[in-house]
Amino acid sequence: MDRQTQDWLLRLMGVGLALLLSALILLALGVSPLEAVVLLFHGALGTPGDLAAVLTAWVPVLLCSAGLLLTYSSGLWNIGIEGQIVMGAVFTTGMLRLVQDLLPPPLALVLGALAGLVGGTLWAVLAGLLRLYGNVSEIFGGLGLNFVAGSLVVYLVTGPWSRPGTGTTSGTIPFPPSLWLPAFPGFAVSPVELALALVALVLVGIALRGTHFGLRLKAIGKNLRSAFLLGVPVNRYLLAAFALCGALAGLAGWILVVGASARHNLFPLISSGYGFLAILVVLLANLNALWVLPISFFFAAISMGSLELVYERQLDSAVGSAIQGLLVLSVLLTQGLQRRLLEKRAGREKARPPTEEEPAAD
Amino acid sequence: MKVELREIYKYFGPVRANDGISLSVEPGTIHGLLGENGAGKSTLMKVLSGYLSADRGEILLDGRPVRFSSPAQAIARGVGMLHQDPLDFPALTVLDNFLLGSPGSLFPNRARARRELERLAARFDFHLDPQTPLSALSIGERQQLEILRLLWLGAQVLILDEPTTAISAQQKEKLFAALRRLAEQGRTVIFVSHKLQEVEELCDRVTVLARGRVAGEAEMPCPTACLVEMMFGQAVPQGKRPAVPLGEVVLALEGLTVSDWRVEVRGLSLEVRAGEVIGLAGLEGSGQRLVLQACAGLRRPDAGRVLLAGKDMTGRPYEHFLASGVAYMPAGRLEEGLIAGMTLTEHVALAGRDRAFLVDWKAAAEEAARRIQKFNIKGRPETPVEELSGGNQQRTLLGLLPPGLKVLLMEHPTRGLDLESTEYIWGLLQKRTEEGTAILFTSADLDELLDRSDRLLVFCAGRTQLLEARRTSVQQLGERIGGKGFDR
Amino acid sequence: MDLTIFLASVLAAAPPVLFAVLGETITEKAGVINLSLDGTILLTAMAGFAVALHTGSVVPGILAAMLVGALVAGIVALASLTLRLPQVATGFVLTLLTRDLAYVLGNPYVRVPGPQVPHTPVPLLAEWPVVGKILFDQDPLVYLSLVAIVLVWVFMFKTRPGLMLQGLGEQPAAAYARGAEVVRMRYLYTLLGGALVGLGGAAFSLLVAPGWARQKFEGIGWIALAIVIFGNWHPLRAALGAYLFVALQTLATTLQSAMPDVPTQVFPTLPFPLMILTLLLVTVSGADWMNRLLARLPPGLRRVLSRTIQMLQTVPPAGLGKVPRRE
Repeated sequence: MDRQTQDWLLRLMGVGLALLLSALILLALGVSPLEAVVLLFHGALGTPGDLAAVLTAWVPVLLCSAGLLLTYSSGLWNIGIEGQIVMGAVFTTGMLRLVQDLLPPPLALVLGALAGLVGGTLWAVLAGLLRLYGNVSEIFGGLGLNFVAGSLVVYLVTGPWSRPGTGTTSGTIPFPPSLWLPAFPGFAVSPVELALALVALVLVGIALRGTHFGLRLKAIGKNLRSAFLLGVPVNRYLLAAFALCGALAGLAGWILVVGASARHNLFPLISSGYGFLAILVVLLANLNALWVLPISFFFAAISMGSLELVYERQLDSAVGSAIQGLLVLSVLLTQGLQRRLLEKRAGREKARPPTEEEPAAD
Repeated sequence: MKVELREIYKYFGPVRANDGISLSVEPGTIHGLLGENGAGKSTLMKVLSGYLSADRGEILLDGRPVRFSSPAQAIARGVGMLHQDPLDFPALTVLDNFLLGSPGSLFPNRARARRELERLAARFDFHLDPQTPLSALSIGERQQLEILRLLWLGAQVLILDEPTTAISAQQKEKLFAALRRLAEQGRTVIFVSHKLQEVEELCDRVTVLARGRVAGEAEMPCPTACLVEMMFGQAVPQGKRPAVPLGEVVLALEGLTVSDWRVEVRGLSLEVRAGEVIGLAGLEGSGQRLVLQACAGLRRPDAGRVLLAGKDMTGRPYEHFLASGVAYMPAGRLEEGLIAGMTLTEHVALAGRDRAFLVDWKAAAEEAARRIQKFNIKGRPETPVEELSGGNQQRTLLGLLPPGLKVLLMEHPTRGLDLESTEYIWGLLQKRTEEGTAILFTSADLDELLDRSDRLLVFCAGRTQLLEARRTSVQQLGERIGGKGFDR
Repeated sequence: MDLTIFLASVLAAAPPVLFAVLGETITEKAGVINLSLDGTILLTAMAGFAVALHTGSVVPGILAAMLVGALVAGIVALASLTLRLPQVATGFVLTLLTRDLAYVLGNPYVRVPGPQVPHTPVPLLAEWPVVGKILFDQDPLVYLSLVAIVLVWVFMFKTRPGLMLQGLGEQPAAAYARGAEVVRMRYLYTLLGGALVGLGGAAFSLLVAPGWARQKFEGIGWIALAIVIFGNWHPLRAALGAYLFVALQTLATTLQSAMPDVPTQVFPTLPFPLMILTLLLVTVSGADWMNRLLARLPPGLRRVLSRTIQMLQTVPPAGLGKVPRRE
């Protein structure tokens, strides 16, 4: 069996393991796995409305995955992406509140997008500065900033931007339909959202494969020291990676506020875990932009489809994420196993006599 | 304890670190193990002390074959090694370092260990305070502690790997006195070094290693010339490099002082002209690397100035040096020079410093193919660099250098290359010098240093000496590297 | 607020964070980062509660939680030490997964009342004014937490294997030279650390915040990881960090009621920017700009600042996160 086939078999094994574990968990909760699959499927693709919901969920995941491809390529763990989405939404809401009565809707929307972009970029650059100049791991920096962003939203929603008369956390005053992105007729998704996400992914894919910028990011990710010695301005590029990812996350935040199926207001937990989901997608896609497309769609489908499962069988809403997590974990583990087996095989080959004459090493 | 090594083979991939070495050491003697960097001394001793396992061969202690699968096993049998880079715990105290790893009960009796430490220390006239953190001690003192610890654990065979590299003269005297005492007591001491003078001073018998094999054995006293010949081989007269007219001063060092935790180079002043080649000679860790890095802007000098074509570049970031026509080629080809996982074409595109936004992959691939031809690299544009052999990786690194450099700094440019590659590469470098590039390079190959350089800067424990390459013989260079000839 | 009552309540609320911090300190001292901490605490809390509920007694619950904690840590160890996967990747995926599993599997137990660790004042000693109230008028897990701090400290600094653990974290290569079986030890200490984390989780659902419900203590695991860094991988300093944190939390609730005008979100959020600030402080001495800034200050001020910063500095165990290869 050649290497390629073995790779695929192992990957399938990983997926199979995940499915098995998911099935066991469902059984433990009194749900038949087959039933669960049907419900998931039905929930995701049963009606056009369901499909629209999947696409709506797909967009932010796709945008964030595109951004994370950049940071992950350069060796960074941008865990702060959730906060960057949130800040994008915050800035968008702020801008829209400011200009909604002053400017024609299309202009307001564009300004909102720019504001969202700025918000996300700002938050990401903050994490980047903490890492590059404060030596604070971007994991902790990002996480801390996530929580700060989350609390900022709660503060805004219950304080200065609260709905008059209520103090609840249901969100700010929803924006009027004029400030919603136009949807397809009869299908609750906006072509603008889809186009934006797909274009972003394509651009990032091109950037990573066909530009000097992407090449340098990859170099930094693979060997920071060598890249530095070869003349790549490492710090500048790392910060740029953060900024770009933040920008895309901020745009996702904008869409979460103005998108066709959005709630059209700012509310706590608006990022809905899309950022972390994107991290899982990128891990599973092994940094390949092409794979990001189907995997993110698949994960969006699971997320949306699981809602049906949750509703019909009274499960906790985290069941979709659990399945996604199991998938990624299993694939990671089997990938690691595969690499180890490869190393062991290579190690046995090394014991053969050397071919090139080289002075000995001390 | 009598130590015998029979037909030891140890390979690291294609590198033959130990290529069939046999050695025997009598108890009660101090046996020297001499050889250049890369001769295989440390590897052999790591095999003996259980740190590495030999691919083939036997170890016998007092005539009985033994097998060590770990250093702990070795010390249990009485074989202890003092490593070149201290293997201790700087964050812990002296006493804790002494205790760590010793067998015994769950709750170590610190008071008793302390008494033992003080007793042993007194015997050898070492002064160690049990409570101080180890990081506060000098390397010499850390060595002393390690020797005491090994003795406490019952070492009958004591191996010392380049122990005098970073210790003071006083500490060296104490060390030698201690070693002589140990030999008198019947223990076996193996003294690994590259320093001729010390080996001559201390050892009863010497084995010389070169290129993974035994190059010769001698009973001491033995004339220096004899040892040098065994170490470096016959001085084959080779064509010296054709004279190149030297131009303006491109690089100047004024009172340069650089240091790291092990060694300090102080007050080095040097002027390098366009087209000149300066060879930096000396054993690893003697300071050459520090100086080279300072010239590249990778290390900030503690004092002094670095000037490029008259401009003061001291303290400026590496990028400025690169922009001013300096290039730096590190020693670790795959660790610091090339990027594993990227192909030749990608490296060409990366190093190209192109201003364009998009990468013209076609042009990059063509350029890669051109460089493959020019530098005779056995590979294709789409080959990932980690699949190239060491020699070809080196050629790739050279191939990535921009044209028209003012100063080229290289660490071990031809390490691991066969003769043909070496000649080829020096041919290319020669052309660069004709174009006006000044070259500073470090090397462990004395012939290379003598043949390719105009001048030599010899380093020994941070001290430097400038020599004219054409007027220095292999003998003399070997001695200098070994520490002889530097005013004490 | 009365100081005695305050200190007593700090001690009472501390066990979850304390156990988690102690456990992770041991794991990281051995050189492994268990990033799944946040999710593991949730999962072990749920598991502990569920088992306690089914068996009607807290002890099996606690044991179950410790088992689950060790299991998750085992996966981290396997991925990192044997499969050589990046510790951050597996840790992150696990933290999400364990959290989700906790919610999914814990769904049937939401807001179900269950057994709690009973309040057990130590006879006689609890009568002792001030000290007695604080230390001896608590419940078994609090006593256990105090004992744990002492045990971990004694183990690390007074025993032979503990000394080896210190060495393992500092210089795995040197530890190997002294006879340590590096991989095996790392597995052992990771599992042990995980079990302690599980104990912390049980302390949540069976003591400090009894029962199980969603999003009760999300984020605690990350704070615990930061406290380990703050604690410079030393059990006493880490314990201090844990107590400080719990004290701040307790203070926050009091302050909240004293300052009704300040929005309620400020206080629960405070740990996180504080965490960033603390992390910044403890590693900042290495930064270039810091040294340049210090160089510009007048010598007296510079010395004071320099020394304070140095005292706060943390140096991670040199072997942390790296898995060396054997020749």
